[in-house]
Amino acid sequence: MKASKRIWAVLLTVAILATLSLTLTGCGRKDDTVTVRYLNFKPEIAGKYQELAELYEKQTGVRVIVETAANNTYEQTLAAKMATDEAPTLFQINGPRGYANWADYCADLSKTQLYQHLTDKSLAVTAGDKVVGIPYVVEGYGIVYNKAITDKYFALSGRKTDFASMDEVNSFAKLKALVEDMQARKADLGIQGVFASTSLKTGEDWRWQTHLANLPLYYEFRDGKVDLTDDKATAKVAFRYAQQFKNIFDLYTNNSVTEKSRLGTKTVMDSMAEFALEQCAMVQNGNWAWSQIKDVAGNKVKEENVKYLPIYIGMEGEESQGLAIGTENFYAINAKATEEQQKAAADFIYWMYSSEQGKKYVTEEFGFIAPFDTFGEQDSPTDPLAKEIVAWMNREGVTSVPWNFTLFPSAKFKEDFGASLLKYAQGNKDWDAVVRDMVAGWERESTAATT
Amino acid sequence: MDFRQLKRWFPVFVLPTLVAFCVAFVVPFGMGVWLSFHRFTTVTNARFVGLENYVRALTADTDFLRALGFTALFAAVSILLINVLAFTLALLLTRPRRGQNLLRSVFFMPNLIGGIVLGYVFSLLINGVLGLWGVDITYAAKYGFWGLVLLNVWQLAGYMMVIYIAGLQNIPGSLLEAAAIDGASAATTLWRVKLPLVMPAITICTFLTLTNAFKLFDQNLALTAGAPEGKTRMLALDIYQTFYGRAGWQGVGQAKAVLFFLLVAALAAIQLRLTRSREVDA
Repeated sequence: MKASKRIWAVLLTVAILATLSLTLTGCGRKDDTVTVRYLNFKPEIAGKYQELAELYEKQTGVRVIVETAANNTYEQTLAAKMATDEAPTLFQINGPRGYANWADYCADLSKTQLYQHLTDKSLAVTAGDKVVGIPYVVEGYGIVYNKAITDKYFALSGRKTDFASMDEVNSFAKLKALVEDMQARKADLGIQGVFASTSLKTGEDWRWQTHLANLPLYYEFRDGKVDLTDDKATAKVAFRYAQQFKNIFDLYTNNSVTEKSRLGTKTVMDSMAEFALEQCAMVQNGNWAWSQIKDVAGNKVKEENVKYLPIYIGMEGEESQGLAIGTENFYAINAKATEEQQKAAADFIYWMYSSEQGKKYVTEEFGFIAPFDTFGEQDSPTDPLAKEIVAWMNREGVTSVPWNFTLFPSAKFKEDFGASLLKYAQGNKDWDAVVRDMVAGWERESTAATT
Repeated sequence: MDFRQLKRWFPVFVLPTLVAFCVAFVVPFGMGVWLSFHRFTTVTNARFVGLENYVRALTADTDFLRALGFTALFAAVSILLINVLAFTLALLLTRPRRGQNLLRSVFFMPNLIGGIVLGYVFSLLINGVLGLWGVDITYAAKYGFWGLVLLNVWQLAGYMMVIYIAGLQNIPGSLLEAAAIDGASAATTLWRVKLPLVMPAITICTFLTLTNAFKLFDQNLALTAGAPEGKTRMLALDIYQTFYGRAGWQGVGQAKAVLFFLLVAALAAIQLRLTRSREVDA
């Protein structure tokens, strides 16, 4: 009796230990076959990526494992996964600043086939002679407007402006005149304000502290002839066109659905819902927002009425300014993976952007505007905002604004600037202080992030 | 089995738990401390930098110290309010009355709701009220502060109440009877009999509310996320944002986390000593 009890005790202990060690080593098992591990940034198309991966495996026998980071957790997820034996072989960086963090992990991609087909090589992230990030989607943002509402305005009698269509609105002065008169006539137009809420809740303010701030800084870099590849040259800014930033920011907040003192709790989703429900006529956002507009319950906006206007801020010669076009999504291949794995990853992305099936997924399912010469005119996405982006990119005599915000020094810089803008909107901070803090913050964060 | 035999088998029985404890607790903790002396992107790619992270945590900006100040003030106010309220509720609900169990459950329930959800619900409530004056919780740091206090009190008071009820019920009836016969007033009974005897419960409750206040994260993130301008950012949130806010600052975040641990451990130890020394036997 005693002996059997003892045996039981030992057996149970062994069993517990065995399960424990199994679960621990289970994560560390290695595959002999070459696989591609991709850490996907876009949760909204995770399922589609999965389908594409299965298709690829069926055709080539190479297994592609797609893992997806939840919204806004890409860096965290990547940091956690990189430390495991199952580190992604294919991942993405968000530009030069993102590269700084992952420099040890980014392989040189200049010899890859996909890079050879990149239409505009200047879009890639480079470090010296190395190409470390290949952009895989081109996106754009501007002021999205609802043509049904602007047309209603143009049909009103007793207007203060004499525009006949939105095509005539091509500068800040004209935009301001239009917006202010529309705001005055909001009851006639059936809206609560011209612009959707300027969402300034912490974490929801990237449309202003990043996207909107890109415009004055693009002009500052351009006019100062700053070499954008030189970290020292971009370590300081003067915020030279702060007044222009204030122009447009004030226009947004003064002619909004929401009063200025209550912007601190508004989210991007709130803004998009206001636009979708026709409570407002305009909202600043990028082409990725179409799915958000479309999916709002009770959505009233018709697809054919969704149009883009460039963000005019009052710069000289801005009549020829286009939308802000660029990307924050760059493929990177893990330099610490074996050579075979690196090659497998490069082959997979090349297949995705060159084979008929891959391209079909990219344009139709992902809705990407792909920056590669393997894509013809007919291979472009069909959603209204993406179509508008393509149209604006191809418009004669219009220059797109590049995405220079990939040079913004750190996430903390953006958060601080956003918080500062909120206080300004609430009337608790004067504009000079906002500008001063922005300039100081840029310099501080530039040195902090690189040392 | 005599004692010697039992001792012989001791390692066999303790081993599974010991292994689990090491893997899930000792190793990550040790790694965390180790990483705080390194510059790193991932745990496998770290470079030793000595005390640099600690220096930067305290001197590069005032974020950490400001968060510390805010957290300390928050902790002081909420410890006081929670315990007073919880004790009062416990006193009321240990008197025989109808619906006692229902009321106890109702007060305890907030504790079962997750922090993020609670923060979200409270932000709707508070903003709804502040909306009457045309502002929201991000408008001034004091709104955020009192919002957080309100939330924390609401969430924890019921939990502490349960502990106090247990403490009050453990007071022997004969003692209270003796006090009544000696002609002690209700106030005297409370101060001289009940309070000294629930001292163990007070120890536990202050300990729990203290550590809870310092570690508060979800509620802070969901309610204010530090707005306006990081003035309502508490320690845990500051550590989180340091870790992810800048390239190459993960080590600094880690150093702050180690400092945070030392601070909370020290405070809790002091508090335990102080309240323990007042505990008496019935």
